[in-house]
Amino acid sequence: MLKDITIGQFFPGTSAVHRLDPRVKIVLTVAMIITLFLAAGPISYVIIIGFLAAIIGISGISPKLIVRGLKPVLFIIIFTAVLNLFYTPGDYIWQWGFLHISKEGIKIAFFMVLRLMLLIIATSMLTYTTSPIQLTDGLERLLGPLKKVHAPVHELSMMMSIALRFIPTLIEETEKIISAQKARGADFESGNIVQRAKAMVPILVPLFVSAFRRADELATAMECRLYRGDVGRTRMKQLKIERVDVCAMVISAVVLGSVITLGRFGL
Amino acid sequence: MSEIIKTEALTYAYPTENGLSAPVLKGVDLQIRRGEFVAVLGHNGSGKSTLAGHFNAIRLPTGGVCYVDMMDTRDESNTYEVRKTVSMVFQNPDNQLVATVVEEDVAFALENMGVPPAEIRKRVDDALKSVGMYEYRTQAPHRLSGGQKQRIAIAGVIAMMPRCVVLDEPTAMLDPQGRREVMEVVRELNHKYGITVILITHHMDEAVQAQRVVVMHRGNVLLDGAPREIFTQVDTLRDARLTVPQTIEILHELNVKDGANLKIDALSVTECADILEQYLQ
Repeated sequence: MLKDITIGQFFPGTSAVHRLDPRVKIVLTVAMIITLFLAAGPISYVIIIGFLAAIIGISGISPKLIVRGLKPVLFIIIFTAVLNLFYTPGDYIWQWGFLHISKEGIKIAFFMVLRLMLLIIATSMLTYTTSPIQLTDGLERLLGPLKKVHAPVHELSMMMSIALRFIPTLIEETEKIISAQKARGADFESGNIVQRAKAMVPILVPLFVSAFRRADELATAMECRLYRGDVGRTRMKQLKIERVDVCAMVISAVVLGSVITLGRFGL
Repeated sequence: MSEIIKTEALTYAYPTENGLSAPVLKGVDLQIRRGEFVAVLGHNGSGKSTLAGHFNAIRLPTGGVCYVDMMDTRDESNTYEVRKTVSMVFQNPDNQLVATVVEEDVAFALENMGVPPAEIRKRVDDALKSVGMYEYRTQAPHRLSGGQKQRIAIAGVIAMMPRCVVLDEPTAMLDPQGRREVMEVVRELNHKYGITVILITHHMDEAVQAQRVVVMHRGNVLLDGAPREIFTQVDTLRDARLTVPQTIEILHELNVKDGANLKIDALSVTECADILEQYLQ
């Protein structure tokens, strides 16, 4: 069923990682990405791998899922590895025509692959353990200061959350329209690409018409419920920094800080 | 002043590309008193939904006036207060829920009103309990049935604590089970919370539950009175292309076809059965 698609691949849970304040998680993920680019030697990578493994362990998310998350970017990883392997000049240990492999190439390729994989694992841990609504909420509050320079932060996050609210509704509607058109003899499965693309028109047109009608009704309903944009609004759920959050921040600061320091010595 | 809503010679025409359409409302004079439970009945196109839109300043009169709690709805500076006084529940439950979580949706209006977080929490919990949806508070709305979604929409309104609620055909898209659930909550709004309820509907059995019935026909008020007075006027209702409750219909048919000369004001099945029993004896 189309309806069961998970958006942003969120796996609900109650672990400490899940309970962290979304703002803390977003900031720490960004810090992690920066650290990955500053890490230089094997010791740094061992520390980072250990740190990520601990996070995955605490979150209770199966390592299989983490590996599966790497699949879509496998091509990019291999491509980077091959380029680095064959095109890094230095102390050649193997040569054939214009292809050559150097000691430096092996080293750079290896760390590049490792860095990319860790990068993807770190960011997917954020989306695996944070619901989309929490993510939007966290982003809105993190970017809150930008409101002072009239950036439409609230409006953007409102749009995001309405989109999230309506994705399942619209998917359900698409399924209904597909069935209705099939019942009238529409054929979506045969023919070449152009014919199949044309067959989508009778699905898209009613879907768009209904989406606009829904948007109009929703806007009226929101006005009736006193929505005036970001004027004098309060929130029911206040994000609060709890003890878990403080712990997470301190541990991360120590780990990431030491990696960056080690990086300066090339370790 | 005891009226919460008052219209004087209210007319309305929809804007079209070439000026205004033919008027949908043609000089409606209506007064709704505080604490009343009013059903507005009418055939499709009778203007009943258009009229409801005026009570909440979604539509503004093209002629005449509409007062909500003595505020003129045409004055834009009143709009916010008008909508705080009169809330609205719409027909399609899917198109009025904003948030991805039930409790967040109920909190939406309160957040807009700037209510402090602790009080929002309390009012949201109370509202959800009063519609019997408290256990579903962390669910996503798209997993609920139509009747449940509509109850969430009503909880959102209860949490706002308005003085009047207008429900625009809230049961039109629901199955019989959902209709029963929603009507129960609507009755409670009036009985338990003392909120003025205006129910737009074309279901006779729902209108029967109100204290007062207003029948709209061709942009005007055709009949206005207690359900018993209204539904016994079978011929007038039929001219307005409305059916009458089945209990009254059967008695009326007996009177017309058999000359039974029965009292036809039976609003409930029990009343109807009693009259029939007497007749058969």
